[in-house]
Amino acid sequence: MTTLLLLPVAGPLLVAGVLLVLPGRIRVHRAAALVTTVAVLVAGVVLLVGTADGSVPVLRVGGWPPVAAIGLAADALSALLVTVAALVVCCCLVSAVGSGDDRRPHFLPLVLVLSAGAYGAFLTTDLFNLFVLIEVMLVPSYVLLSLAGGAGRDGAGRVYVATNLLGSTLLLTGVALVYGTTGVVGLGELAGAARDEPLVAVAAGVVLLALGVKSALVPTHEWLPRTYPVASPVVVALFSGLLTKVGLYAVIRVYAVVYGGDPAYHWLLGTVAVLSMVVGVLGAVGENSMRRILTFHMVSQIGYVLLGLALFTAASLTAAVYYLAQYVLVKAALFLCAAAVRAGRGTDRLRGAGGLATVRPVLAVAFAGAALSLAGLPPFAGFLAKFLLLRAAAEAGAWLAMTVAVLVSLVTLLSMLKIWSALFTSEPPASAAVAARIGPALTAPPLALAAVALVAGLAAEPLLVVAETAAAGLRDPAGYVRAVTGR
Amino acid sequence: MVGVLVAAGVYLLLRPGQLRVVLGFVLLGHAVNVVLLAAGGLDRRTTALEEVGPQTADPLPQAFVLTAIVITFGITIHLLGLLRRRGGPEPTATGGSAGPGAAGDPAAPGRADPGGRADDTRPTGEPS
Repeated sequence: MTTLLLLPVAGPLLVAGVLLVLPGRIRVHRAAALVTTVAVLVAGVVLLVGTADGSVPVLRVGGWPPVAAIGLAADALSALLVTVAALVVCCCLVSAVGSGDDRRPHFLPLVLVLSAGAYGAFLTTDLFNLFVLIEVMLVPSYVLLSLAGGAGRDGAGRVYVATNLLGSTLLLTGVALVYGTTGVVGLGELAGAARDEPLVAVAAGVVLLALGVKSALVPTHEWLPRTYPVASPVVVALFSGLLTKVGLYAVIRVYAVVYGGDPAYHWLLGTVAVLSMVVGVLGAVGENSMRRILTFHMVSQIGYVLLGLALFTAASLTAAVYYLAQYVLVKAALFLCAAAVRAGRGTDRLRGAGGLATVRPVLAVAFAGAALSLAGLPPFAGFLAKFLLLRAAAEAGAWLAMTVAVLVSLVTLLSMLKIWSALFTSEPPASAAVAARIGPALTAPPLALAAVALVAGLAAEPLLVVAETAAAGLRDPAGYVRAVTGR
Repeated sequence: MVGVLVAAGVYLLLRPGQLRVVLGFVLLGHAVNVVLLAAGGLDRRTTALEEVGPQTADPLPQAFVLTAIVITFGITIHLLGLLRRRGGPEPTATGGSAGPGAAGDPAAPGRADPGGRADDTRPTGEPS
């Protein structure tokens, strides 16, 4: 069980290294990347089953004592996110075959390194390794963003690199300050430190701020809609499933463990959450291409997850974990739909020809499912996620946040309808040439993800149980701390 | 020392010009490295390689700094590479009309559509 923890981090890195010395063999690359990711997916599921009872397998690489070791640990939250991320990467790899993105030089090794960094960040047990693994994840993303991008990619690339570099510098400063005030960087050793000592709270606050930049929380969200839409939609799907979610996961983990869920800061998180929801969804209203609308919605959806963290009750944390898991899948499905639309029409702008529903009904079904889930309509997982979150908000008496969340859902639905009517239903039907370019490799991945969202909504019990276990671990991190510190 | 480095770094970041931004990040990176080293408690420690005791220099921040230096170095190279390519202008959140990014070169091609219509390597679909 514990050695399995190494696979998501080391496996993709090793395979990426081997692939780099075998350039030009696209079939080998595709097969190796897919097999590796499926292996990680299987490992994630095994970990998920193994952590369902609340146990936390820990691996200290090289067998060093806890302070010096590179520790990897999986509780239910980490295992769930690794599984979900691996599923998204799988679908992106298939879509990349269809859209031709993976023919670009070094595309697949870069994706593997990026995914390894993300899995590692979900599993790591100390702040400094979190920084290193986030860098492992970001460096390929710098290249991917400008590699497969369209016009304006260099400018966007510079904005992206500069913002993330500033975020990383801030993160490293925060880690240094935490080390300076406490003498440790392990999450286990730091448990509750920020709740007990104001000095540590300030230091960890710098870490949280940096992670907030990375997860594009308002008011540090501006870089996201400026940079993501430039990249190819498959790459954006990958980024949306991995990059900002790692930041969000780290915010949740650091707040739950280092701050011990300190109620003194709930108002701050709540304000940021509500602002993110509103600003994101309003930004999307004025946009006119599928990718831009969807990136603005990312900001908005991140706000929902953060609202669950801000309330910090058992119900709201369950809702947040469930929301995060389904949202990653749904968002990736929508971006992969955008990839299919763009492969067919050469652009994903809303103006001009539409009518894709008649020639590619499968794609339309996939988009409709994912869009309804994003807007939070039954019977999809998004509905249950929003329902749980709203109920938790009502129980906690956060009526303002609840009202905002409902209104934002309505505007989200409006945006999705806008895309739907412009691209899928409008007359005349899309030409045969457009249809021919949208192959099954492009329609199958979003359909699969939308199907998962449907199943997760109809038969929610297993996922809910996992989310409850994860929430219990966040509310009372004693078990995690004991496992990680080895005491 | 950290203050001076950060001040200089931020000043350079806020100046126009891409090279200054890169240099600003280099200075900021140095500042963070100094903070990391100081976090080990330089003033109350002796040098390493003598007797090992509670006063011996803390090796952990030094390992951190080494890692951080390598990462900063790699990213600096990447930034310089981006600088050399000098492709399109900065995108704007408003869909490519004139914006704060107009400080680049206004005559660059494709600035009307950061959404990717001018992508040259893929099949172009119907005109939109």
